[in-house]
Amino acid sequence: MSDQVVHGFTRSATGRIVLRIDDLERGLLSSLLEQLMEILQPEDREVGDPLQDLVGIDAHAEPPSDDVLARLLPDAYSDDLEAAADFRRFTERGLRQDKIAHARQALDSLAASGAKVTVSPDQAHSWLLALTDLRLALGTRLGVSEDNHDELIARAEQDPQASAIHVYDWLTYLAETLVRCLQSED
Amino acid sequence: MLVTVTAPTELESPVVDPDVWVDHPWITVVWNDPINLMSYVTYVFTSYFGYSKEQAETLMIQVHEEGRAVVSNGSREEMERDVAAMHSYGLWATLAKDGPGT
Repeated sequence: MSDQVVHGFTRSATGRIVLRIDDLERGLLSSLLEQLMEILQPEDREVGDPLQDLVGIDAHAEPPSDDVLARLLPDAYSDDLEAAADFRRFTERGLRQDKIAHARQALDSLAASGAKVTVSPDQAHSWLLALTDLRLALGTRLGVSEDNHDELIARAEQDPQASAIHVYDWLTYLAETLVRCLQSED
Repeated sequence: MLVTVTAPTELESPVVDPDVWVDHPWITVVWNDPINLMSYVTYVFTSYFGYSKEQAETLMIQVHEEGRAVVSNGSREEMERDVAAMHSYGLWATLAKDGPGT
C-alpha cells in the first residue's frame, strides 16, 4: 500500500509459507478482517429455539438485501425459491460461522506475528478463503466488473473515497501470491 | 455439458456412465463472476473435487467464457454438499435437477 515493495506470500527454502507485511498493511488488513467478521455475524434473534441453534438452523434466514451479503451468502437454487429458502434456513448460519472462523484465523495469525507471518497449511487455507471473501465484499461494493478496472482506477484519482480500488488490487496481489504458494506444494 | 466438452481429459468424468447418469440426476453449476481469480477457481476445482490441473483449467475456462460450467453430478444431497462447499470457497454455485435446459 505504501511506496515500498510489496512482498505478499512466498514459500521459504524450507517449504513454509510466509507473508511479509509492514505495520500499515497489518493495520489495514486487520481492520478489513474485523469488518468482514462483523457483517457476517448472524442477526440476533430475540427468542431462539435451543435445538435449532444447536444444529445451526436459522428458521428466519432470508435472502440478504445487502449486495455484499447476497454475494457472500448466495442462493443455492437459481430457479426454485422455495428450495433456496429451505437450503438457506439449514445452512446459512453455518456458512456465516465458517467464514467468520477463517477470518478469525487470519486475524489471529497476524496478531501473533511481526513483519514476517509464518502460515501453517491450515492457516493458509483460512487465509485464502478470508482473502477471497474480502475481495468479494470490497469488489461488490466497488462495482467491479470484467472490464471496468481502468475506469475505477481513474475515478480513484479524482475521488479519494474511490481509492478502495487500490486496496482491492493489493488484496488481489496477496490472493494471487498465496494461490501460487499453494500450487507449488506438490 | 457433455456436448460442449472439447478437452479429451473430460471424458474421464463420471457423467459418461449412463447407469450413473440415471441414478444421479442432479448437477452443481459454477457461475462466472468478475471478482474471483482464474488461478483461484482452478485451485478450488483441484483441491475440492480432486480434478487434475488440466481438467480444472478446462472447467475454469468454461466458467469464464461460457458463463457457467457443470462441475459435479450426483444425488441431491451430494450436490447440496458441493454447493455449500463452493459457497464456503466464495464461488457462486447453484444446484439443479439435470435435464433439458440445464
